[in-house]
Amino acid sequence: MTERLSASPESAGGTPVLVAEHLVKSFGAVRALIDGQFELTQGEIHALVGENGAGKSTLVKVIAGVHRPDGGHLLLDGEIADFASAAESQRAGIAVIFQEPLLFPDLSVAENIFIERQPVLRGRRIDWRRMQSQAAALFERLGVRIDPRRPARGLSIADQQLVEIAKAISRQARVIVMDEPTAALTPSEVERLFRVIDTLRLEGASVIFITHRLDEVFAFCDRVTVMRDGRYVLTSVAAEITTEAMIRAMVGRDTEALFAKTATAAGEVVLEVEHLTREGVFTDVSLSVRRGEIVALAGLVGAGRSEVARAIFGIDRRDAGSVRVNGKALRSGSPAAAMDAGIALVPEDRRQQGLVLDLSIERNVALASLKRVTHLQLILPGNERRFARAWTTRLQVKAQSLSSAASTLSGGNQQKVVLAKWLARSPAVLIVDEPTRGIDVGTKAEVHRLLSDLAASGVAVLMISSELPEVIGMADRVIVLFEGRVAGRFDRAEADEDAIMHAATGLAGLEVA
Amino acid sequence: MSTAADLGRAEDAGPSRLRTAHIAESLLRWRELAIALALLLVVGLTAADNSDFVSVTSLQQLLSGAAVIAFLAIGETIVIITRNVDLSVGSVLGLSAYLVGTVFQHHPHFPMPLVFLLALGVGLGCGVVNGALVTLLRVPSLVVTLGTLYVFRGLDAVWAGGNQVGAYSLPTSFNDIGYGTVADVPYLGIIAIVGVGVATYLLHAARPARDFYAIGSSPEAARLAGIPVARRVFTAFVISGAVSGLAGALWLSFYGSVDSTAGTGYELEVIAAVVVGGVAIFGGSGTVLGAALGALLLNTIGSALVVVRISSSWEMALQGALLVGAITFDRIISRSVVPALQTRRSTRAARV
Repeated sequence: MTERLSASPESAGGTPVLVAEHLVKSFGAVRALIDGQFELTQGEIHALVGENGAGKSTLVKVIAGVHRPDGGHLLLDGEIADFASAAESQRAGIAVIFQEPLLFPDLSVAENIFIERQPVLRGRRIDWRRMQSQAAALFERLGVRIDPRRPARGLSIADQQLVEIAKAISRQARVIVMDEPTAALTPSEVERLFRVIDTLRLEGASVIFITHRLDEVFAFCDRVTVMRDGRYVLTSVAAEITTEAMIRAMVGRDTEALFAKTATAAGEVVLEVEHLTREGVFTDVSLSVRRGEIVALAGLVGAGRSEVARAIFGIDRRDAGSVRVNGKALRSGSPAAAMDAGIALVPEDRRQQGLVLDLSIERNVALASLKRVTHLQLILPGNERRFARAWTTRLQVKAQSLSSAASTLSGGNQQKVVLAKWLARSPAVLIVDEPTRGIDVGTKAEVHRLLSDLAASGVAVLMISSELPEVIGMADRVIVLFEGRVAGRFDRAEADEDAIMHAATGLAGLEVA
Repeated sequence: MSTAADLGRAEDAGPSRLRTAHIAESLLRWRELAIALALLLVVGLTAADNSDFVSVTSLQQLLSGAAVIAFLAIGETIVIITRNVDLSVGSVLGLSAYLVGTVFQHHPHFPMPLVFLLALGVGLGCGVVNGALVTLLRVPSLVVTLGTLYVFRGLDAVWAGGNQVGAYSLPTSFNDIGYGTVADVPYLGIIAIVGVGVATYLLHAARPARDFYAIGSSPEAARLAGIPVARRVFTAFVISGAVSGLAGALWLSFYGSVDSTAGTGYELEVIAAVVVGGVAIFGGSGTVLGAALGALLLNTIGSALVVVRISSSWEMALQGALLVGAITFDRIISRSVVPALQTRRSTRAARV
C-alpha cells in the first residue's frame, strides 16, 4: 500500500451534506465496494477519481438508490439515509446524472424535465405552455439554449446531460452527482458544463464529480477523493495534491503474482493499421503487430480501444485509414474479409458477443469454422463433435458435456470456448478484448499462458486490457489511447503503471499526426 | 454563445437538409391531418366514380361501420403506447356481445344502462386478467393476450354452443342504438366520436396518462423516474378490456344477432387501424384520434372498393399494403428526422 495522506475524509470546513461511511457492496463473488467513504460539504465541487473498477460507479449507484449497500451507510444532513429506490433518493434531494442519461426519446424536452410533476391548471389538466416556459427559464438560468418543445430523440449527449441538470434543478436537488459527464463531450461542451456547474454551486448545490481527466480536478474542483480496488484511499484539497501523488494513490496496489509472457523474437509485421479514424470515436490511430508479439492497447474505459478493434475487424466502418494483414489491404466494414485474411476477434462481452449462449459448446466452438465440419452445406454432427473435442481438450475447457449449452459454463470456461472458436481458424492475428475480465485467478493465469504460447507459435496478438498488471506482464509493447487518440507508446522496458496512467489520463499529451 | 444565430448559420450550411427535417417533423406531428387528407382523397375519388358514395346514407354507413373498430382502438392505442399489445380485444368483444344478447333473450325488459354496465364489467374483468398476468407474472403481453384471445373465445364457444341470439330477441330501443341518428349522424358514430375525443384529450392533458408515453418511450428511464410502471401498464389493460366490453354491446346493437364467433379477427383489424393511424408499434407515441381516423380510413377503403366494383377480395390485400406502407413511411420519416436533428446540434456544437 502507498501512503495515506489522511486516515479519514478531511473536511474542508463546510457543513457536511452527504457522508458515506464504510460502504460495502458485492455482486456475487465480485466485491465492488469494500470500504466506500466519502464526505461532501455544502457548496463544494468534489472530484471522485480512481482506475476502472475502483468502485466509483458502485458508490454512485448506492447514493442514487439503484443499489442497496451490504454494509455501512449514508448520512444525509447527519441522518442515516437508506434508499430503497432511485425515486427515494431523488425525493431526498439527490440527483444523479449518468454519463449517458436515460431520457424519454419520444417526449419533448420540457416533459422529460417535468414528467410526473407537470404543472397543471384547474381540473388537473397539464399546462403545456407553462411547462415549456418553465423549461425555457431553467435553460436560461443555466445559460444554454435548448428548445423545450423538441423531442429528446436526437439530442447530443451534452444536451441530454443539460436536460438532466435542468431536471435536477427543477427538483431543487441539493446534491448533484455526475458520473463521468465529460467523457463524451467536446472541449467547448466541457467548458459549458463547467459554467453550469459553477452556477449550481453558487446557488448552494453540492456536486460530486467523477472524472478520469485529472486536469479537470485541478481546474474545477475544490477537493478530490481517490478510490482504489473498492476502497477509499484519500481525500485532499485539490490545490494541495500533486498529479503524481494522485496517480500513485490511484494505481498503487499490492503486486499480484501474474504470469508473464515469455520473450519471443518478433518476426515480420503481420497487422498494420495506419491512420485509422472513425469520426467522433477515434482519430488517427496507427499501430502494427509483428509475428510473435503481444501488443497491448491500454487506456481507460471509453478511450476508444474496443472501437478500434471493431473497426480493424470490420464490424464498424472506418472513415479513414487502412488495415493491412501481411501486406494485403482489408476492405472497410467487412468482418468476412477480416476473417479470410486471418484476423480473429475475441470480444469484450463474451456473453452477448462472443457466444451463442443457448447453443451447445460444440456448436459454439465450430461456429466460426463451419466449412470444416460441413458436407454439402449440412453440418455433420460427428465431425462437429470431433472438431470441438480436439479444441476444448487443447484449451482444457471444463465442461460436463460438449452438448450442454454454453450458458452452463463458468466465466473462465466460456472465455476458453470463445478462444477455441477463433483459434480453430488458425488466425494470423488474434485480437482479444479484455481477455480475463470477470474470470477467476486460476483460469486467468491459464489464459495468459495460452496467449503467451500463441505468440510464441507466431501469432500476432493485439490485447485490449484495462488491468495494468496484465498489460505490463503480457505486452511486448503498449499503446495507450486517450479519448480516441494515441497518447503514448511504450516498450516493455519503459512500461510501468505510472507512465501508462499518465498517458491514459491525458497528462502526457497526444500524438500529433 | 448565441444559438439562434448559430442555427441561422447552420441553415446556410445545409438548408435543404434542415427543410427536409422540418417537413418530416411536421408530418410526424400532423399525422392525423395526413390521414384525414388520405380519407378525403379516397372519398373524393370514389365519389367521382359513383356520386352515391357521398349520399347521407352511405356516409352514415361508413361512420357506423368504423365506429366499433374505432372504439376498440381507444384501448388498443393506450396499450400499444406503453409498448405492449392486447390481442384479446376481439374475443372480449365477442364474450360481451354474447352476454348482452343472452341477457335480453331471457329478460327482454332488462334496463338499458345496466346492460351497458354489464358489458363494461365483463370487459373490465378480462382486462384485469390480462393486466395481472402481464404485470405480476411479467409474461410478455403478446403471449398473454394471444393466450387469452383463445381462452375468452373458448369460454364464449362453450357457453354459447351453437346458439344464436337473433334480432327478434333484442328490444327495439337497443337496436335503435345501432341504427338511430341525431341530425343525420348515427348514434354509433356519436358514441365513438365522444369516446375518441375524451380519450384523446385525457392522453394529452392528464398526468398519469403521460406516464403511458414515458413507459413506452423508455421503460428503464420510467422506472428511474419513479413512475409506477406496473400499475400504469395494468391500468392500460383494464381500460382496453373495459372499452372492448362496451364495444361488444355496441357491436350487437349494430349487427343485431350474435353467436360465439362475434368479433373474430377484430384484434388484427384494430392493430392495423392503430398503426395506420400513426401509433408507434413499439410504444411511446401516437394518439387515439389518429388511430380512430386509421379505422375510418381502412373501413372507407373497404367500402370504396365495393362501390368502384373492384372485387372485395382485394380489400385484405390493399389493407395489408396500406399497413406496410404506413410503417415504411414512419421508418423513412424518422430516419430522416433523427439524423437531421443530430446535424442541427452538431453544427451548433461546432460553432459554440
